Amino acid sequence: MDLSAHETTACSRPDLTLKDFKSGVEPIWCAGCGDFGVLQSLQRALAANGRPPHEVALVSGIGCSSRLPAYTSAYGFHGVHGRALPVATGLKLARPELEVVVVGGDGDGYSIGGNHFMHACRRNVNLTYIVMDNRVYGMTKGQPSPTTEPDWDSDIAPGGVGVSPFSPVAIALAAGANFVARGFALDVKPLAEILVAAMKHPGFSFVEVLSPCITFRPEQMEWKKAIERNALRPTSDRKAAMAAVLGANEMMSGIIFAGDRPAYAETLPTAEGLAEIENEFILDPAA
Amino acid sequence: MRDSISIVFAGSGGAGAITAGSAFLQAAARAGYYGLMTKLSGAQVRGGEAAALVEIGVAPLDAQPDRYDVLIALDWDNVGKFAPELPMDAASIVLADPAAGKPAEAIVATGARMVDFPLSKLAADVKGRGNMVALGAAAALAGFDASAVEQSIRALIGAKGEAAIVSSLVAIAAGAAAARGIESDIALKPGHPGRRWFGSGNEAIGLGALRGGVRFVAAYPITPATEITEWLAPRMKAVGGRAMLAEDEIAAINMAVGASFGGAPSLTVTSGPGLSLKVETIGLAISAEIPLVIVDVMRVGPSTGIPTKSDQGDLDLALYGTHGDAPRIVLAPMSIADCALTTERAVHLAEALQTPVFVLSDQSLGQTQTIIDEPTERAEPMARVMASDRTGADFRRYQPTPDNVSPMPAPGAEGRQWVAEGLSHDEFGHPSNAARFHVAGLNKRRDKLEAFDYGDIWGEVSGEGDTVVIAFGSSVGPVKEAARRLRDSGVAIRVVGLRLLAPIPKKQIAAAIAGARRVIVVEQNHTGQLYRHLLGAKALPQEAESLARPGPAPFRPGEIAAHIV
Repeated sequence: MDLSAHETTACSRPDLTLKDFKSGVEPIWCAGCGDFGVLQSLQRALAANGRPPHEVALVSGIGCSSRLPAYTSAYGFHGVHGRALPVATGLKLARPELEVVVVGGDGDGYSIGGNHFMHACRRNVNLTYIVMDNRVYGMTKGQPSPTTEPDWDSDIAPGGVGVSPFSPVAIALAAGANFVARGFALDVKPLAEILVAAMKHPGFSFVEVLSPCITFRPEQMEWKKAIERNALRPTSDRKAAMAAVLGANEMMSGIIFAGDRPAYAETLPTAEGLAEIENEFILDPAA
Repeated sequence: MRDSISIVFAGSGGAGAITAGSAFLQAAARAGYYGLMTKLSGAQVRGGEAAALVEIGVAPLDAQPDRYDVLIALDWDNVGKFAPELPMDAASIVLADPAAGKPAEAIVATGARMVDFPLSKLAADVKGRGNMVALGAAAALAGFDASAVEQSIRALIGAKGEAAIVSSLVAIAAGAAAARGIESDIALKPGHPGRRWFGSGNEAIGLGALRGGVRFVAAYPITPATEITEWLAPRMKAVGGRAMLAEDEIAAINMAVGASFGGAPSLTVTSGPGLSLKVETIGLAISAEIPLVIVDVMRVGPSTGIPTKSDQGDLDLALYGTHGDAPRIVLAPMSIADCALTTERAVHLAEALQTPVFVLSDQSLGQTQTIIDEPTERAEPMARVMASDRTGADFRRYQPTPDNVSPMPAPGAEGRQWVAEGLSHDEFGHPSNAARFHVAGLNKRRDKLEAFDYGDIWGEVSGEGDTVVIAFGSSVGPVKEAARRLRDSGVAIRVVGLRLLAPIPKKQIAAAIAGARRVIVVEQNHTGQLYRHLLGAKALPQEAESLARPGPAPFRPGEIAAHIV
């Protein structure tokens, strides 16, 4: 049996709505968490994308936002901290016809999972990766992440970590992601549109979502006013995209880059069988 | 006439010692013998000194020899460094080229008979290579038929064209003619030409994986396991599967877990340091009940240890590695042939019981090349239960069943969406902190492994006697050879080769050691990991003994026999 034995015929269902992607599980998120907005945007985007729940798989690691797969009616994988991308890579390569979406937070994706982020961009498997960036480790109650401002005061780093954050979108561009965008969690409809575009785009699509943490970073609720909507315009020129984001205002949302790199290993190899392989081992003086 | 002989080809990098050894081994197969070849190399990445250690016999061989009959030195550059790994004595012969300078002192010190053998002159006279002269000499001493040597050369270098073949054959003939003048007693009894299987343990594991139905492999490069991934990479394509080079060890196992969740029987390959990195994800696969095969080709540890040498010190990690109570299946192949069958069974068990299954191999099994009878024994296929007649709110991924194995639909199955979960979960797979769900999950995962009937997978008993030796993995071969010799000298020995190391097959072990006056557990590690494992589970009597000796030196049958008597 080869991998194609599991293949289902991908079907498009225009009748799907957000409700089809709701599960009965109650989120553990704090009231007012930005991740509610992302959940709603994603469910809306999945409906618009037209693939039924059983042909969708959501893969995540560990953290507040990584709880999302349980709140969606789809196949899901809530794995270990930082390793969502390799799980999704294996799944997508074994089952190319599935819609595979990876979700998680800034600590999960940029810190413990940083190596996988870089290599997922480089490898360009046809996945959509949504990072809900609140610039804090929420589940462990408020530690600075790789995108936290250097002077943000916390118990673990009094007075701030003193280290500048990195730019996830710039890293994604440099590492080869084929689609890069930034959205805002509370802009549900525009974010859903970005997510649909990300899912439809071939190759690895990275969507950085600014998602306020109401509990540990309540000041982020001001992002509502600070966001410059659609300030970023899509380009297929990677250098121009890089120039538009490096050192630029990180409150700008929109699609940054949509490239034309072919996705990695889109089709499954054809099986030929084992007999010839078995014969490689045989030494037969009579033959 | 001898039943078996052992010959070493050694020389500096590029002298062709390994080529000569490989050709000798394959010629032996064509002449109707069985054999083993291990390779030694210096610490250099490329171009250092190398040695091919070849043992040939009229019957299949289980272990490296206690001593070597012949050493053919192509030159003496650094060959002395191998002396501790080349035991020789006064009955051994060293063929040394006078033109290559003074023989290594450590080799001379073994007391072996030094014979002048003008390799380079013989080679120059026929415009051939010294390693082919050495091959001809070895074949003549062993008494091989010239046509067997020619067949092996044609198979090995045929692609280089007829001129290269003829040049080699002329050099081989020159070596053979010169060796006829050497007094020796190493001619073998006649072989029985027939179909033979030629390969290494690493290749056999690859074959077992394909036979078992593995269609996804992900790995990160690591010695001495990488050959498995390299062997599988093109062949995985040929069977309609995929092989992935991951960015690190953790990515590799997570890719395999992801593919398995997607419905593909999946495997990851590593050695000790890589296994240390993978253990968190092994816990995830245990908790979420994801089928997965983990091949660990053990090398000397801890830490980077000795990457190119064999040891059985990863057993503790394979048995217990990961936090929490996390039962898994651990299998260890007992021979190169068994590498194929055990890996095939590992795939079936992983799929049928939805759990990680270890295949504990080691450098010695993995990188030794062997000539054996074709390993045709195949395992009864067992498959993953994917179909469920329940859908929607009725579908429970971890629904209790009599055998504690629940249906595991792959994505694409309508109405059966479920979330694989590393958090403690209820029967639906939903996260829960409740003690009753947590304990039910622990019980389910333990009971599905404990209650399963492993049949003859558990192990093998050979011989009779009230002294019982228990061993696993690559230690079984030398133990069997030691037992054979002891039996020949009138000491009855029973050998228990354990293939299933977890869950411990307590009933089968009890039956296998029934009536024993003495039980000895033999293993190649420092702390007696198997001994502690079995004793802790009360699978052994309190007075059982441990013979635990770490690598890098291989177990030799003589060492084990001496310990027993």
